[in-house]
Amino acid sequence: METDVRLTKLAGCAGCGAKLGAGTLAKMLEGFQTHSDPRLIVGYDKSDDASVYVIDEQTAIIQTTDFFPPIVDDPFLYGRIAAVNALSDVYAMGGEPRLALNILCAAQGMAEETVREILRGGYDAAYEAGAIITGGHTIRGAEPIYGLAVTGFAHPDRVLTNSGARPGDVLILTKPLGVGILTTAAKAELADGAVMARIHAQMAALNKNARDIMVRYPVNACTDVTGFALMGHSLEMAQGSGCSIHLTAGSIPYHPEALEMASMGIVPEGAYRNRAFAEASVKVCADIPLAMQDIFYDPQTSGGLMMAVPERDAQACLAALRDAIPAAAVVGYVTEKQEYDLYLER
Amino acid sequence: MERIVDARGMTCPLPVVNAKKAAEEMTEGGVLTVLVDNEIAVQNLMRFAAHKGYAAGSEKRAEKEFAVTIRVGAGDAQQAEPQETACAPDSRKKGLLVALTGNVMGTGDEKLGRALMKAFVFALTRQDVLPETILCYNSGAYLTCEGAETLEDLKALEAEGVTVLTCGTCLDFYGLKDKLAVGGVTNMYDIVERMESADSILRP
Repeated sequence: METDVRLTKLAGCAGCGAKLGAGTLAKMLEGFQTHSDPRLIVGYDKSDDASVYVIDEQTAIIQTTDFFPPIVDDPFLYGRIAAVNALSDVYAMGGEPRLALNILCAAQGMAEETVREILRGGYDAAYEAGAIITGGHTIRGAEPIYGLAVTGFAHPDRVLTNSGARPGDVLILTKPLGVGILTTAAKAELADGAVMARIHAQMAALNKNARDIMVRYPVNACTDVTGFALMGHSLEMAQGSGCSIHLTAGSIPYHPEALEMASMGIVPEGAYRNRAFAEASVKVCADIPLAMQDIFYDPQTSGGLMMAVPERDAQACLAALRDAIPAAAVVGYVTEKQEYDLYLER
Repeated sequence: MERIVDARGMTCPLPVVNAKKAAEEMTEGGVLTVLVDNEIAVQNLMRFAAHKGYAAGSEKRAEKEFAVTIRVGAGDAQQAEPQETACAPDSRKKGLLVALTGNVMGTGDEKLGRALMKAFVFALTRQDVLPETILCYNSGAYLTCEGAETLEDLKALEAEGVTVLTCGTCLDFYGLKDKLAVGGVTNMYDIVERMESADSILRP
């Protein structure tokens, strides 16, 4: 699946690393007038993965969009990953994606076949998710962009926000970390082909399985771990839930090659932004090496779901998840609000 | 030997990649100056230098100009992974877990039990092979808190890389929440998982 132009060479930032920092975004949106509507149960003020609007007693509509510049050179894979990443926000709300629209920017020098392959990747992911791409919008521009605007549905009582975590909950993460660091390393051809094949497969995997298993358990909160990294998304969950989150560094799954790269200084800009945004609310309790912390601040493209599960159900939920997703692991737990919102422990 | 790499205008990770290449070429050692145009590249270069064991400093010369000065050591630039060869062999035994389930060792006189526990933890520090993890629960939570006679030895073990964890519920129960003086806090879930995955569990 070679193309003439290396797609990632056309991109300034890699994948979700291109995301504007949470702090920057919050500042920009300050003071805008918006209507209030009681049916809008999750809006921007909640810093959640998607917005949720209640239609009737049985139905809530979930809306979200996500797109980014090429993170891999293979156009089909890029399209697939971008779509999987966009669909993930619906899964993170406990919903099922139904409809989607393409968002595409084709750059100068991109062959028609390349554009077609990107779209084919998107359709492939949407089909597997059971969603229909009904149209979209395509423009020409300086840098390629692809993603989806996705509409999904859930029962209003079964919507999972990132602000429902309760003291005593156990946090489970379904995909290992280090994707941002390794895709950055790959841009400089520092990462091994076999490693990148593993990373690509992970990014191209839908969170559908994780969602389908999760909804069988009384999960209190869920988010997908993407651009703001494990630390940023955990912080949002802690603050939104009015609790403190304790991440246990030793149990957090990551790709070992990312640690090597991070300690060499191959750390994407997004990781620094995430650290700058979160740091004041984080207490690092043990002697956790900087490179390890970098992994926890590393922006993840098409990352896994992180769910807060009541302790009594956690074992069963984890076991069910591991049957389908062997990498799923407990990464921390939730307590009453303490001095800091987020604790990084050994 | 002095060398300057101008990495201004380069996006991550290219400044590090170019610095690494230059450092590898400096077989005699010397001073490598890398010019970059943003703070993040500075921090990544400092990480790179620390990883290689080179002394380094940075200076802001203008609005978008930073200079990172790296003292490249002679010879070791050729070593592909100096960190791996420089590291002392890991003395911790993978999979050995020590469970301190109470603040005394054995059953009988309490004063004796405390003295035995203190001696046990001290003896742990003297072993050639250290455990990977020490878990403290029930009244074992006292052992990791302020005023405990075992504190200094547990701190020494932690400094050697042993993971020391105390059950949070137990700290709460005994009112020790603010007294924890070594290691981290854990929960039952983590305790079960660590015990399940341990090769052997040592209980005094």
